[in-house]
Amino acid sequence: MKLPTFREVATEARLLLIGIPVFIWTMVPIYHMFLFAISPKEDAFSGKMWPDHPTLHNFSIVFHQQHYFLRDFYIQFWNSVVIAAAVGALTLFVATAAAFSISRLKVPGGRVVMNLALFTYFIPAAFLAVPMYRTMGNYGLLNNHWSLILAMVTIASPYAIWVLKQASDKLPVELDEAAVMDGATTLQIFRLVYLPLMMPSLVAIGTYAVLLAWNEYLYAFLLLSNDQDITLPVALGNFLSADDSPWELLMTTGFIYALPPAAIYYAFRRYMVGGLTAGAVKS
Amino acid sequence: MAITLSGDQAIPGPPLSSRLTPAQVWGIALLAPYMLVFLAFVVYPVCYGLWLARQPASYVALYNDPVFARAAVNTLIFLVIGINIKMLIALFLSGFFAQQRTWIRWLSVIFILPWAVPSIPTILSVRFMLNPEWGMVNQIIFKLTGDDGPNWLNDPTVALAMAIGVHIWKSLPFWTLILITGRLAIAHDLFEAAEVDGASWWQKFRYITWPSMQTLYITCTLLSMIWTLGDFNSVYLLTGGGPADLTHVLSTLGIRYLRLDQLSLAMASIVCAMPFVLPLVYFMMKRLSR
Repeated sequence: MKLPTFREVATEARLLLIGIPVFIWTMVPIYHMFLFAISPKEDAFSGKMWPDHPTLHNFSIVFHQQHYFLRDFYIQFWNSVVIAAAVGALTLFVATAAAFSISRLKVPGGRVVMNLALFTYFIPAAFLAVPMYRTMGNYGLLNNHWSLILAMVTIASPYAIWVLKQASDKLPVELDEAAVMDGATTLQIFRLVYLPLMMPSLVAIGTYAVLLAWNEYLYAFLLLSNDQDITLPVALGNFLSADDSPWELLMTTGFIYALPPAAIYYAFRRYMVGGLTAGAVKS
Repeated sequence: MAITLSGDQAIPGPPLSSRLTPAQVWGIALLAPYMLVFLAFVVYPVCYGLWLARQPASYVALYNDPVFARAAVNTLIFLVIGINIKMLIALFLSGFFAQQRTWIRWLSVIFILPWAVPSIPTILSVRFMLNPEWGMVNQIIFKLTGDDGPNWLNDPTVALAMAIGVHIWKSLPFWTLILITGRLAIAHDLFEAAEVDGASWWQKFRYITWPSMQTLYITCTLLSMIWTLGDFNSVYLLTGGGPADLTHVLSTLGIRYLRLDQLSLAMASIVCAMPFVLPLVYFMMKRLSR
């Protein structure tokens, strides 16, 4: 085995000097959340780096809904699941149809629609939230899951259309032409040629929309308010209104809530990094 | 799905349907769902919001609310300091993560976590860490020095700095990822040639990396400015705008007025941010629609 040269060791040391602080910086809030989740109340409040008696008791309290704040835990978790799934499905439908129309069918004015869609992307999210809240009221959708679903589809779609259009443009036109020669209708081209080829990008976009909806706090907090209708992050926010918040339970619930997006992200990471950043560095 | 073109029947001349190919009819039909979403949830709210903000009285009230002036200054600090620190770190780290090492690849997998996990539990976690009595940070300071640490969220300047820190923690991975992609797109032989010529790392950065990444870096900075203006979570979940409403930024202020049922003030405070936003939007549109 070749011994590393002094220069190699020095380079490695320099990289570690960056890598270790980066690791600590990234992990501390997440570790702190985990630490609270496995600590009995006394340990959590004592500032220990590791509890004397790590326990899963907090998880048991959450799963058995044995606290005033957790009365609706399962229904709120389910609300989050349903809303995220609906946002993923609807965004995919709306954005795929639009991208196919703009990129493959070259619909007149498609380019204009793309640019208009980008405009949504440039309205700061919290700014759009104010008039959107009132709009949902005017449509009679407040406190209805559809308000949050439609709001999140509105926010996810522009980026989705943009990424999908970039990917569509890379597919050779000859495929469509060959299919037309064989007598395929537009819908058959869409279903049999286009969708299968676009699968990796569709997975990336679907994941993106689901994560966006799952992690959303502001719109959920504004648009939904009944304990039975709210999603889990809003319920977590409501923990804070108490004077004596059960922080160890808050962190435990938060930890449970943070697991699915992390898992989904890692499951689809390959698609996401490629699919979502490809458009970004185009120019 | 059928398209009704009945509205066009009244127009003399050939009906629209005969001038469009079937593919174009499908094109319009497939674009329609997005157009509906866009009209109902972007165009209508924006126009309605502007209409709500039409009264000069709102702007007078806003001007007389000391919270507004403070929020405007805080927003400016957030944008100028927060974004530049964030983007410079992202640029630096993109170089670090572009290194080919197994452990760096593993670290990059972990590094993405703040972006992938929801804000609410993590920001609340930071909030508790900064609690003056029970928080982990001050407990460590006490153990190391025997002194009480500062009351992090009680001094508006410190609290705002902490909110900027949280914002950076949350969004740094995303921008680093984009900049890594930009860095990897640079042709490798440029660096090899520079290596042969004995260029220092600074020369390589100055003459190869930066010129190739400059436009991407500027685009990212502008986009990040727009998104930071819309970042409600970092401030609201960490400080709630407190102490004494001194850490509000325009995004939390708008929502604060909304919660207080002062909708025209909420919209007016947002309209006041337009001079910031519009030049950014104009520039981004030009860059992206090229």
